[in-house]
Formats: sequence, structure tokens, C-alpha cells
Amino acid sequence: MKNSNVLLEVRDVAREFDVSKPWLNRVIEGQPKSILKAVDGVSFTINRGETLSLVGESGCGKSTIARVVCGLYAPSRGSVVFDGVDMAKASVNEQQQLRKRFQMIFQDPYASLNPRWRVGKIIAEPLISHGIMTDKVEIKKRVDQLLTQVGLSPLDQEKFPHEFSGGQRQRISIARALSSNPEFLVCDEPTSALDVSVQAQILNLMKDLQREFGLTYLFISHNLAVVSHISTRVGVMYLGRLVEMADTKTIFNRPLHPYTQMLLSAIPDLKMTGKQRTPVAGEVPNPLNPPSGCTFHPRCPYANDRCKSEAPKMIVADDGSMVSCHAVEEKRIPIRLAA
Amino acid sequence: MNDTLKRIFDSDLWYSFKRHPLVIVAAILSLICILGAVFAPILAPHNPFDLKTLNLLDAFTPPAWTAAGKGQFFLGTDDQGRDVLSTIMYGSRVSLTVGICAVALSMVIGITLGLISGYVGGALDSFIMRVADVQLSFPAILIALLIDGVARVVIGKDGHDEVAVYVLIFAIAASGWVQYARTVRGSTLVERNKEYVQAARVIGRKPLAIMFSHVLPNVMGPVFVLATLHVGAAIITEATLSFLGVGVPPTQPSLGTLIRIGNDFLFSGEWWITVFPGIMLVILVLSINIIGDWLRDALNPKLR
Repeated sequence: MKNSNVLLEVRDVAREFDVSKPWLNRVIEGQPKSILKAVDGVSFTINRGETLSLVGESGCGKSTIARVVCGLYAPSRGSVVFDGVDMAKASVNEQQQLRKRFQMIFQDPYASLNPRWRVGKIIAEPLISHGIMTDKVEIKKRVDQLLTQVGLSPLDQEKFPHEFSGGQRQRISIARALSSNPEFLVCDEPTSALDVSVQAQILNLMKDLQREFGLTYLFISHNLAVVSHISTRVGVMYLGRLVEMADTKTIFNRPLHPYTQMLLSAIPDLKMTGKQRTPVAGEVPNPLNPPSGCTFHPRCPYANDRCKSEAPKMIVADDGSMVSCHAVEEKRIPIRLAA
Repeated sequence: MNDTLKRIFDSDLWYSFKRHPLVIVAAILSLICILGAVFAPILAPHNPFDLKTLNLLDAFTPPAWTAAGKGQFFLGTDDQGRDVLSTIMYGSRVSLTVGICAVALSMVIGITLGLISGYVGGALDSFIMRVADVQLSFPAILIALLIDGVARVVIGKDGHDEVAVYVLIFAIAASGWVQYARTVRGSTLVERNKEYVQAARVIGRKPLAIMFSHVLPNVMGPVFVLATLHVGAAIITEATLSFLGVGVPPTQPSLGTLIRIGNDFLFSGEWWITVFPGIMLVILVLSINIIGDWLRDALNPKLR
């Protein structure tokens, strides 16, 4: 099963959070424990050098996946396999070795840099922590180089994070992530806190770096325009499950799952001006008490009795694209080509 | 060095300091007290601990400006002929040492427990915080009395005088750590969910390293304010204990001991023996508290 081209494999990962009230309250009020299934049985693989994007509405579990992949959360079920090594089963030593090879870029550039540390120290942290470099002069040289690579000045390393704008801070974040020469970057909505013009700069920077260093990205976003710009493949998530995954072109031109179709038709587009569009109807159900069967059925225009009772399985097509929907399987949905 | 000075004079804190005359007065007063205490062996007119220089015939001399006063004893003398001004200078030395050391010790204990409690969470957090709650339900002075009492029994009367200062420091520190632990825990709970802490975890830093190098610098602001106010409180606690006779021995008196000694002669008319150490205590604690209050307001971004 080990494929040398696959860098990361996520196998049937689930992550639950215990959101129940304190024990005493539960006993007095006679309530059971409430478990939130943030991610429920997600599997996918990422090949070397590609960018896989996960999209979905707020609360669908995309950030939880990112954090499970990075080891910030332990999965409740399933496993994350990085370059053939199961992260949960790896020894402490192996884990340290693996950590060097992946890094994470966070959403909020105002919170992801320690406000009391100088930029030089922030960027050098992975170098020192992993023991890659110990010599001060060498570290400074490397930090100079990293700052130049992300479009900042080497002089900036004496400054504090609050002296920079959001976009510049995100560049510092990227420099920190790159310092240990990782192969794999998990980007958790890296542009959603930035202005549109700055978003483009950061995305182009990330693309350039990918080309230069052969990086692999797991890109989390809710912005479909950003996703279409940067990704090789796209996965669509709904309520903790993956509902569709395909090449960027395929998913934007020929979305199969009704939810993907809804999302895509919600992208603002000049060509659509004045035309009727299918709105994304309804709201995300309470993940504490998800609907039976296919979790999307209350909002789905094609839902029938089977959808209400039976959870759909992932159907893998010949080209590797996947979709989990009874209506698609039964060919009840008219295939819609993008305008 | 020049850079650091420049940064201090450029800071908001210095600007705020300049605009508060009361704080400037308090700072000057506490500086005088501290300098007087530190350099007591050089500045004090007499060494009250050097028994050879004491003359019992000088006992109960009133202050210099009264009719019976002698020029060499500016604030008068006590029952053993010790110069009150000198005993105050030496006494505030003991008081300040105990106050500052006790605060430093309770800071170390409180910050460490608070950081661990807030960062690790779970059962350990509950345990530490319940211990803190239990301790909060006793008055601080009672805990200090208890520790001092136990130490007296364990060490014995003879050995106790030598270690009295350390016991006192420990007793006051042990009754004061709860506030630091709670403050630090509260801020740690906020900080540990911030993304820079998660970034450090992704990098693979160990929890202890994250706690002390990432979280600690970001939770120290309120701790400094608390510590300043606590120095005043610790000096008062020390004075109270010494006044009750369980503090430092009379051979190396603190301000509290001096007040107690003088208290015995208050009704026989020798008021200066107790009043001057009392005034000194009030000035010292009041000015430290004024600085602490100002620091709390100046460092609070909501009040700026």
C-alpha cells in the first residue's frame, strides 16, 4: 500500500470533543454526556508537491483536520501516516524527526507570533528547537536569508511583531514555517484575516515557494476563489465528513455533489449578474445532533427517503475523484457544467 | 546601556510617571527608605547592635528638639540607650529584606503553580486550585502564625533565633502565593489557546519550555503590579508578627519589633520609641502602595 508518491495519508480520522457540562451539573440535571463529532471518518491522501485544499462552511471540521494532521489534537479514531510512518505509533525520537518535516501556518497573524519575542528569535525557534543550528552567526545568516525569501528586510529581525502589518506578519509566519526546511506545510486559512490585495501577495508568495522548494500544502480555506487559485485538488467537507474530492478543474467545472454545486453557485461572478442563482439554503445543522442518514439531506433538493435513513458511502471514480451521495450514485442529479 | 535608558525615557510608563506628582513623591520617599536601609551601616549615627557603644545612662532620652533631648540622638533613645534613628534604619533593613524576599518566594511558588495549573489543566489544575481555595479561606496572618509556631517547636528555642528571618520569609511567602497562582493561571488559560503557543507545539517544543519561554513573558504584567502591592502587605504582615512577638528576635529588631518594644513605654510618656518606627512603617508601606496602585492603572490598557 506504500506509495512513494504519497506524502501524507489520512485514514478514517475522527475527532470528538467532550462538550458536556461539569460532572455535578450532569448528575443533578440528569443529562448524558454530550460529544461533538468535529471530524467523523475522513480519509484522503496528499501527493508530493501538490496542494490539497479543504473547503466548507464554518464548523465543518476543516481546521480540526489541520490540527490533527499537525499533531495538535490526537485523533479519536483512525491514523495519520506521514511518508509511510504512522504518527501515533512513531517513537518520540521518530516524532521529533518528523516534526522537522512539517510546519503549520496559522489563520490569525496577530495571534500566531509571540508579542514579546523579536522577529529574529521567532523565526529561529524551529532551528534551535530541532537543533539544526547552534552557532549564532549561522542562525542569523539563515534568518537573514529567510526574511529575504519572504520579501522582508534582514534588518526586520530586530523588531517586534507589533511593528508589522497583517500581511508582513503572515510573511514572518511563513519564514518561521520554512526555517527548518520542511516538505509539508499545513495552512489553516492563512489569508482569511488579510485584505484582498494582500491575500493575493501571500498566495503568490506561497506558490513561488512551493515551486522553489517543492513544498506540499494542505490548504484550509472557506474562500473558493483562493482555493481555485492555489490548489491541485479540492476536498469539500460538510459537518465533519468529506462529501466530494476531485481535481480543482473537475470540481469547479463539473461539481457532482449537491452541496458542492450550492457552494459554487454562491461565488460572486460578473457573468451571473442579474441571473437567478441557487442560494445555499438552510443552515448547518447542530453538529451535536447531526441529521440521520446523509447529514446534508435537510438542505438537499434531491433528498429522498434513502438519504434520510442511510449514510452514503464514498464512490471513487476512475480519475480518482470521490463523491459520497446517493443521488449521484443513482444518477438522479442532472450534471451541471459550470457556465 | 544607553539604549535601554532611552527606551525607558521614551516609554508610556515614564510619561505617565511624570504626570503623577503623588507617585513621584512616593517613589522618592521609598527610594530614601530603601537607600537608608541598604546603607545603614554607613549612614546610621550608631550601630545599635554593637553593645560596646551603648550606654544605659542614655536610655529614654527624648528627641533632640525637646528640652531634655541630646543632639547626638536626633529621635531619642529606647530603653537600652539605643539611638532610635539608627534602630529604625537597621530595622527597616530587616523589614524590607523580609518583605522583598517573601514576595519573591511567593512569586516563584505562585507563578510556577499557576503556569502548570493553567497550561496542563485537568485534574492537576483542579487539585492546585482547590488547595488555593482552602488556603484563601484562612487569614494570611493565621497561616504565618501556624508555620512560625510549628517551626519553633521543630527547631527549638535556641536554634530558632538564628533562622527566625528565614522562617518568617517562608511563612509570609506560603500565605501569599495563592494570589499569584490565580492571576497567572487566569492569564495562562487565555494565552495557551493563542496560536503562537500552538505554533510552538507544532515546532515540537516541550511543555515546560513553552510555559516558561512563551507563556510566562506574556502573563507577567499583572504579576508585577501584584508584587509591588504585595511588598507593602508583606512588610505589614512581618510587622504584625513581630509585634505579636513571633517574628524576628529583639537582638535584630525589625520595625514591628521596635513598635512592640516601644509600646511598653507608651503610657509612661516615652512616646518616641514607638511613634517613630510607626511613622516610618506607614511612610514605607504607603509609598509602596501608591506606586503599586499607579502601576496597576498605568499598565491597564483600558484606562489609558
